[in-house]
Amino acid sequence: MTHLSDAGPAPVLALKDISKSFGAVRALRDVSLELFPGEVHALAGENGAGKSTLIKTLAGVHRPDAGQVLLDGEPTLFHGPADARDAGIAVIYQEPTLFPDLSIAENIFMGRQPRRALGRIDHKATHGATLALMQRLGVELDPDRPARGLSIADQQIVEIAKALSFDARVLIMDEPTAALTGSEVARLFGVVRTLREQGSAVLFISHRLEEIFQICQRVTTLRDGALISSEPLDGMTEDDLVRRMVGRDLDELYPKQDVEAGEVALSVRRLTREGVFTDVSFDVRRGEIVGLAGLVGAGRTEVARAVFGVDRWDAGEVEIDGRKLTNGAPSTAMASGLALVPEDRRAQGLVMDMSIERNIGLTGLRTTVKAGLMDRGAERSRSLDWAVKLQVKYARIADTVNTLSGGNQQKVVLAKWLATGPKVLIVDEPTRGIDVGTKAEVHRLLSQLAADGVAVLMISSDLPEILGMADRVLVMHEGRLTAEIPRSEATEETVMAAATGRAAA
Amino acid sequence: MADSALARAVRWDTVVGALLIVVLLLSFTTVDGFGNALNLSFLIGNTLPIALIALPMTLLVVSGEIDLSVASTAGLSGAVMGALWNQGMTIETIIPICLLLGVVCGLINGLLVTRLGLPSLAVTIGTLAAYRGIAQIVLGSDAVTDFPTQYLDFAAGRIGDTFIPYAFLPFLVLLAIAVVALHATPFGRSLFAVGASEEAARFAGIRVKRQKLILFTVTGLMASLTGIFWALHYASARFDNATGLELSVVAAVLLGGIDFDGGKGTLGGAIAGVFLLGALQNVMSLQDVSAQSQIVVTGVLLVLSVLGPRVARQISVARAGRRAASASTSAPTTS
Repeated sequence: MTHLSDAGPAPVLALKDISKSFGAVRALRDVSLELFPGEVHALAGENGAGKSTLIKTLAGVHRPDAGQVLLDGEPTLFHGPADARDAGIAVIYQEPTLFPDLSIAENIFMGRQPRRALGRIDHKATHGATLALMQRLGVELDPDRPARGLSIADQQIVEIAKALSFDARVLIMDEPTAALTGSEVARLFGVVRTLREQGSAVLFISHRLEEIFQICQRVTTLRDGALISSEPLDGMTEDDLVRRMVGRDLDELYPKQDVEAGEVALSVRRLTREGVFTDVSFDVRRGEIVGLAGLVGAGRTEVARAVFGVDRWDAGEVEIDGRKLTNGAPSTAMASGLALVPEDRRAQGLVMDMSIERNIGLTGLRTTVKAGLMDRGAERSRSLDWAVKLQVKYARIADTVNTLSGGNQQKVVLAKWLATGPKVLIVDEPTRGIDVGTKAEVHRLLSQLAADGVAVLMISSDLPEILGMADRVLVMHEGRLTAEIPRSEATEETVMAAATGRAAA
Repeated sequence: MADSALARAVRWDTVVGALLIVVLLLSFTTVDGFGNALNLSFLIGNTLPIALIALPMTLLVVSGEIDLSVASTAGLSGAVMGALWNQGMTIETIIPICLLLGVVCGLINGLLVTRLGLPSLAVTIGTLAAYRGIAQIVLGSDAVTDFPTQYLDFAAGRIGDTFIPYAFLPFLVLLAIAVVALHATPFGRSLFAVGASEEAARFAGIRVKRQKLILFTVTGLMASLTGIFWALHYASARFDNATGLELSVVAAVLLGGIDFDGGKGTLGGAIAGVFLLGALQNVMSLQDVSAQSQIVVTGVLLVLSVLGPRVARQISVARAGRRAASASTSAPTTS
């Protein structure tokens, strides 16, 4: 199973027959992996396939139960992350943790700033070294700028620069693109290509298959902790990759059914929130999935929040089935049949310390009641019913949701809202950071809901998802609705043109 | 099943309940004068002010807020009661006025917290000083003691020769109401969500601000009820009644396993904490432990009460982690 190259450069870092168990769980079983200099290597697999454990083994966080970590062909034992870092291995996480009040340069050289006499920090040298790193990466960031307020994309660049300052030869990027916009991804990929050309080995993890094909040369696939394959990407198709990841053919990633659109269910008229979005009007009909596209910061999420009532609007109105909603009142929006699956499932969608049962139960506090008291039996069966319908994988319904994987957490959020029997469902980034198998499930679910007559408004930064699922695409740019594109005319080009303000509505 | 019994056993509120029983048993057998009915009725009567305020305070802390002005509200209530009594009003008119005053005090706290978005810790430290100041303005340094005897007898007396004070009975009713409100109603259920994650609660359509306003108002009402009880129980209405009571209440509630960060705890635990504190204070008084040393013990308990639940939770999290790990291997992979 192991790929052994008989020609070309030797692997800079390799895992050989690694096994790692946590209690009774075998997270990795005899997994081997070779990272070559000048190569971007994709690590693919569903949530829970063992990707995180593998990364943590490479980064010295976990010590393997069996097998070897080979650095330049030599067996090595990392006693901790510091060992791995000193060996030239750096991990860039999805959401970097910088010190917000320190400058970029100070963040990069934290604890090892160049010194002048008497141990004083040499700010000039720190500044210069940071500038050199930025030039090497081909980006323009002011070294003296504080980290506070940097976009996640810029923060990642800082982390990469920090890794380079440690002379990292192996960069492990754990879902770096999950929170980035299209142009930010393009810039990140530019940096990755530069690193590759400079001879770094990169291990790249992403749930977005098209990105894997765009930037990587080789892919290793894990499934249930076991190595499935390690092979060049040349000549592979997305379907091939998906098959290796999920172990079967995925029916379809975008199973959109054709539905005759019914009456208008959600009507938004001239909605304005000062400084955030302006004069936004649109309808969503029963049976329709309307995509809401745009760059991050275009105001899509903010419109959804205002419609649902967690933010107030300054002007305009919102109607559901012809009934006006109260400004700033989520409870009345819910009572009218509106549901919002929010963008940030950990902070907004779920109470992480609460059980699956109670999280789903939160939207039923008005219905699972008998004589003013909670009807626990009804609450439990309502929660169980929806958890099972959405095939949430859990040990016990009373387990807290923070024990679940991201995909299963998202299913709990969906269960929580579908349990209210909504007429209008707004989903904000419904598949961000979840694996391809679960993603297809969510899409099938949305399609089925629309077929059952629910009006669905889907906000997504994942363009293929918008194009694959939406009957119509609304596009926002800088707080305004700039285009409405029917499914037949929606392409990456037309949507992106409107999203970047290059086309008038 | 044995596993879940173990997991229950490390729950802090159960630990405190067990601790209370141990302390009571030890005191019965080893402390002279503890077990007689009169002493026990003193114990309960002296603990009732803490217990009364602990009821709404538990709900407030569960929802992620706190009210430190309760003792001042109680003092103000008692002072107004004394002042109006001196004016010649009947006690039947005075009590509703005082309760209404408590509602206003609570409402002010609640509005400052919910409308202006100020942290309750800061707001109620401010009103702690303000309400106490008003109490002094109202009553000066007078002590009003000549309340009608039937009221004094009710507040200080006990049922026959038993250890049960009369006032304990209405407290039991209020306790039952609070337990049901927190643990069996949609309102109580949503308080836990608000305390654990206010944002997620808002996104679930829970009217967070309205709930907090209600809680602060009820807390003010209960604090003034306590102030009335205090003045009658000790037959003395002074502006400095119940000074420092808020610390005992907060200590007892935290000792009972209510998480200071909100979202966790049970009323049973909180009340066990209250009576554990009350029993310890009673025993220390019987043993002639100086008041200063008693304060030290209360302080140590407060620190332990913050530490204990965290340790207990870590043990049960580790346990749950192992359980989840072993469960996920056997779970079918359906997707």
